[in-house]
Amino acid sequence: MTAFVQHFTFEFKTGMRNSTLLFMNYLFPLGVYAIMGLVMTQVNPFFTDALLPAMIIFVILGSTILGLPGPIVEAREAGVYRSFKINGVPAASIVAIPVLTTTFHALIAAGIVALTAVPVFGGVAPGRWWPIAGVAVLLAFTCSATGALIGVVATNTRATTLLSQLIFLPSMLIGGLMVPLSMLPETVQRFAGLLPTAHAMQALEGLAYGRSTTFAPTASLLILLTGGVLAFGLAIYLFNWDSRNQTRRGHPLMALLALAPYLVNLVL
Amino acid sequence: MNDTVIHVSDFRKTYGETVAVDGISFAVERGEIFGLLGPNGAGKTSTLECLEGLRRADGGALDILGVDPTRQARKLRNLIGVQLQTSGLPATMQVNEAIRFFCAYHNVAPRYDLIERLGLKDKQRSQYGQLSTGQQRRLALALAVAHKPPVVFLDEPTAGLDVESRAELHALVQELKTEGTSIILATHDMAEAEKMSDRVAILLRGKIVATGTPREITATGAGLTKVSVRTEHSVLHRNGAAIPGVNRHLIEEDYAVYFSADPGPTVTALLQYIGDHSDTLIDLRVERPSLEERFLEITSRR
Repeated sequence: MTAFVQHFTFEFKTGMRNSTLLFMNYLFPLGVYAIMGLVMTQVNPFFTDALLPAMIIFVILGSTILGLPGPIVEAREAGVYRSFKINGVPAASIVAIPVLTTTFHALIAAGIVALTAVPVFGGVAPGRWWPIAGVAVLLAFTCSATGALIGVVATNTRATTLLSQLIFLPSMLIGGLMVPLSMLPETVQRFAGLLPTAHAMQALEGLAYGRSTTFAPTASLLILLTGGVLAFGLAIYLFNWDSRNQTRRGHPLMALLALAPYLVNLVL
Repeated sequence: MNDTVIHVSDFRKTYGETVAVDGISFAVERGEIFGLLGPNGAGKTSTLECLEGLRRADGGALDILGVDPTRQARKLRNLIGVQLQTSGLPATMQVNEAIRFFCAYHNVAPRYDLIERLGLKDKQRSQYGQLSTGQQRRLALALAVAHKPPVVFLDEPTAGLDVESRAELHALVQELKTEGTSIILATHDMAEAEKMSDRVAILLRGKIVATGTPREITATGAGLTKVSVRTEHSVLHRNGAAIPGVNRHLIEEDYAVYFSADPGPTVTALLQYIGDHSDTLIDLRVERPSLEERFLEITSRR
């Protein structure tokens, strides 16, 4: 327990001590949020409807999918995990604790958005707040686990950037954050079903705001949960201690199994 | 009671077609400092990493206090302490945090005394990335021994350290030895190996080519003692006096240098010769063959 507390405390502090992580956890997502709140609500008054849920999802995406994978690859390349292994730090802790601390950072940023979007930028308040909290926690966990999985399978930081952007950019474009999912062509809507953000947005729209949705909100919650659990399990299973010793338990392509719930949803 | 703590038998490690370690065997006793020497690519790191449980052996048997490093990694953790050559710690981890963090995983109380002992007291709140190379290595050593393991692996422990830090580290290593800790020391610093090690093994292309105490190893070579003489009028420079026991001689700046298999008669004869030729002795140095010379002799011969 002491080891867990020490490890968790250190990782949590690192999220603010490390300038790159501080930027990805808070400065970048909250900066974009402030700009969107100031500019987008003026340019497109309808954006106030989506401001709160979309920006909560955006800040979570920033710290998890963009922020988490890089430090995992860098630590592996610097031999940090070799030191950890020699000193008895389990692989499960090495993956789970950053996932947890990143989830916390993402939720703090999301909390700032939830508290300010309505009074400061005139965002539309949800009818029910508990789905906001519930979906934010679920999405933060799922995206953190996915970020950890990217960090585990990526061979270098360039690959990390590429894989992260494969999720981040489509999430921004077709995830329902900037443009409502219902306004996108049907084929694009189906592809949007492969993105955690689209499901989170749909769940928030349906459960917190009581609006009509393209996906069933409860099914979206289930997909997010199973996708997150699968990504978390695979990240631990595929974890590699050492960039010089590529022996691992499974092929990195096994990471694609984390897409299974989204693919099943797409097929059904 | 069997005092062997590390037993390596016919150990092999390959990387694809490349044989890194080719069937080596050795044992390390309790309280012994065992030097593992060899040029780059000799197989030292592969041997250490397999013993530390970081890699899997491809053949033979490895045993540390009854534990197989490959199969019983969890049991191994509290038995060994490792100072890696490139000790990676998170750049943002503070010195105090590192001690707390690793001691917690070893389930022991934080060893802040080691921070003071290794001269890092002023750096307790400094982050690892802000420490100098020497300070990082000292912290790595503190972390390696914090849980008082019976076996410690030191990989180039003094690389990048200043003279004072080296002396402090050597003193700490001797203290660990006195307490019964067995130490495997991998180093390129032959003087350090000779000074610190009870026994050494020289690895070359994956095989042990020499093993024994430093004195035994140096004795098995050509065994020539170096006698350097400097006189006021350099009488030894000018002639080819027949000096008993001398294998070869040369001039190094102001010194006449003789390599002798029998240094006693050689020195006596040299002093006699200097006196007979009305010259005055300024300096006389007698150096037995060093481990470094023997190491170079072995590695260049093969």
